Amino acid sequence: MTRLANRIAYGEALVELGRRDPKVVVLDADLAKATQTDRFRQAFPERFFNAGIAEQNLMGLAAGMAATGLIPFVSTFAVFATMRGVEQFRNSIAYPNLNVKVVATHAGIENGPDGASHQSVEDLAIMRAIPNTTVIVPSDPITTKKAVEAVAQTYGPAYIRLGRAEMPFLYAEDFQFEIGKGAQLRDGYDLTIIAVGNMVEKALLAADELAKERIRARVIDLLTVKPLDEELILKAAQETRGIITVENHSILGGLGGAICELLSERYPARVLRVGLQDRFGGCGNPELLHEELGLSVDSIIAAAHRLLK
Amino acid sequence: MTTRSVTELQDLAWELRETVLQMLHSARSGHPGGSLSSAEIMSVLYFHVLNIKPEDPKWPERDRFVMSKGHGCPTLYAALAKRGFFPTEELFKLRQNGSILPGHPDMNKTPGIDMSTGSLGQGISAAVGMALGLKYQGLSSRVYALLGCGELQEGQVWEAAMAAAHYKLDNLIAIIDYNRLQIDGTNAEVMEVEPLADKWRAFGWHVQEIDGHNVQAILDSIEQAQKVQGQPAVIIARTVKGKGVSFMENQAGWHGKAPSDEELKQALAELRQRRMQQ
Repeated sequence: MTRLANRIAYGEALVELGRRDPKVVVLDADLAKATQTDRFRQAFPERFFNAGIAEQNLMGLAAGMAATGLIPFVSTFAVFATMRGVEQFRNSIAYPNLNVKVVATHAGIENGPDGASHQSVEDLAIMRAIPNTTVIVPSDPITTKKAVEAVAQTYGPAYIRLGRAEMPFLYAEDFQFEIGKGAQLRDGYDLTIIAVGNMVEKALLAADELAKERIRARVIDLLTVKPLDEELILKAAQETRGIITVENHSILGGLGGAICELLSERYPARVLRVGLQDRFGGCGNPELLHEELGLSVDSIIAAAHRLLK
Repeated sequence: MTTRSVTELQDLAWELRETVLQMLHSARSGHPGGSLSSAEIMSVLYFHVLNIKPEDPKWPERDRFVMSKGHGCPTLYAALAKRGFFPTEELFKLRQNGSILPGHPDMNKTPGIDMSTGSLGQGISAAVGMALGLKYQGLSSRVYALLGCGELQEGQVWEAAMAAAHYKLDNLIAIIDYNRLQIDGTNAEVMEVEPLADKWRAFGWHVQEIDGHNVQAILDSIEQAQKVQGQPAVIIARTVKGKGVSFMENQAGWHGKAPSDEELKQALAELRQRRMQQ
């Protein structure tokens, strides 16, 4: 199967956007080659602004540019975008509701060899707690491109979370991406697996394995973590025996947290959270790390067995 | 731009001070010290320098002003009302529920506010972004930012300073309200910011040092700063915190508290006397 890193799809989407709209500008903090904003820099050097290794100012520059009517896309690693510059994002971008799009890469533990200092396992919890902010986690190159186009066309602050690794193409080119709408990729009535980002592929593989045991798992790629697709989640809670959330993030406050919050108020149902168990990532081969830290296909299958027991 | 004489601008500064103390008194909270210290600077900016249209606050070609020391906004609000951006009555709803004048500037609530600020160090970054954005769009508008001296302790200020020089933003003029006091005491006691002019020079800025209560000096320094090419300009304006009110001058304790009825009465009497003597 052909694979492509979502960040490469992002870089390509930026160039397309840049061709269409002169108001699109791009800022980075000395990671343009890694985040792939370098593609935009090559195409539109006069519209690319490096903030240097200074993420607080990076956010402030973007805020000021947005205040003059531009549409800044801001990129760096997720850990720095959402933690080093978070108060700037909160007070200079989200609070004044400025039209800045933060597209962060190397989220989760996919940045294996760099170790935990460069990984981001808290960003979803942080960003979704900030008012006015849309939070999107694309799962493949197609949804990455569509998400980038969607946030460019929708006024307001947005956070798009991308990983590092190459992703399979899970969607066709004509997929209708809509902010706040998830996609049901597999039908099933025994249980529901709701995943985001690189864990969607693993959720599908887990569903395949479960099918061999005659367990039919519904698989939902939520795509947008905020605002939540409440209808799709409530329907899954009503129609299946329970929900497993799967994210390359801490089990606290991210996808799993968001779904527990919704269901506890609207339709109490059993939810098991697959993700990092309130711990940092680690160093090493990313696939092995996923296995060591409970983010593997087997971890999802084990959760399914616990749920149905 | 309106053309006003030095005497008129000085008189307007005294009027801003009177208005500010009345506002803080009716709000029963706020920041008198740093609002009084910037009165001449704000008078010169809003009644002479800034190219703005009160009837069209979002005019794309306007000059921008960023109150990076957001807590100093009462003086800004008083100037905006005087320029006709909103009715004067609004001033006395400062910091109240539903008011268009919150305790720190909000660009979505108040006509004439170009950037929401309050968290120190962030306004100057946004001002640098605005200057970049205006240049990229081919607009000749300028961006002015007012910073506090305690604010200069924020690392972000120096990230922004480095970026402004790197991008050669000669459409950006920063003014420092250098009253040398902050909440916990003097800068020297809390965290020294000197040598200040050397710091800005080292960061690649054109630097001027002036008496921040001398209207002519403010006018001249801004004119000079506007002529600078290829680098951003900073004006270090030496000021007195609480300027114009004897019991507030140079008192860190007047950073963030409102005057009582009696204190307001005395302060207004002093200000009016100073204004008459001008």
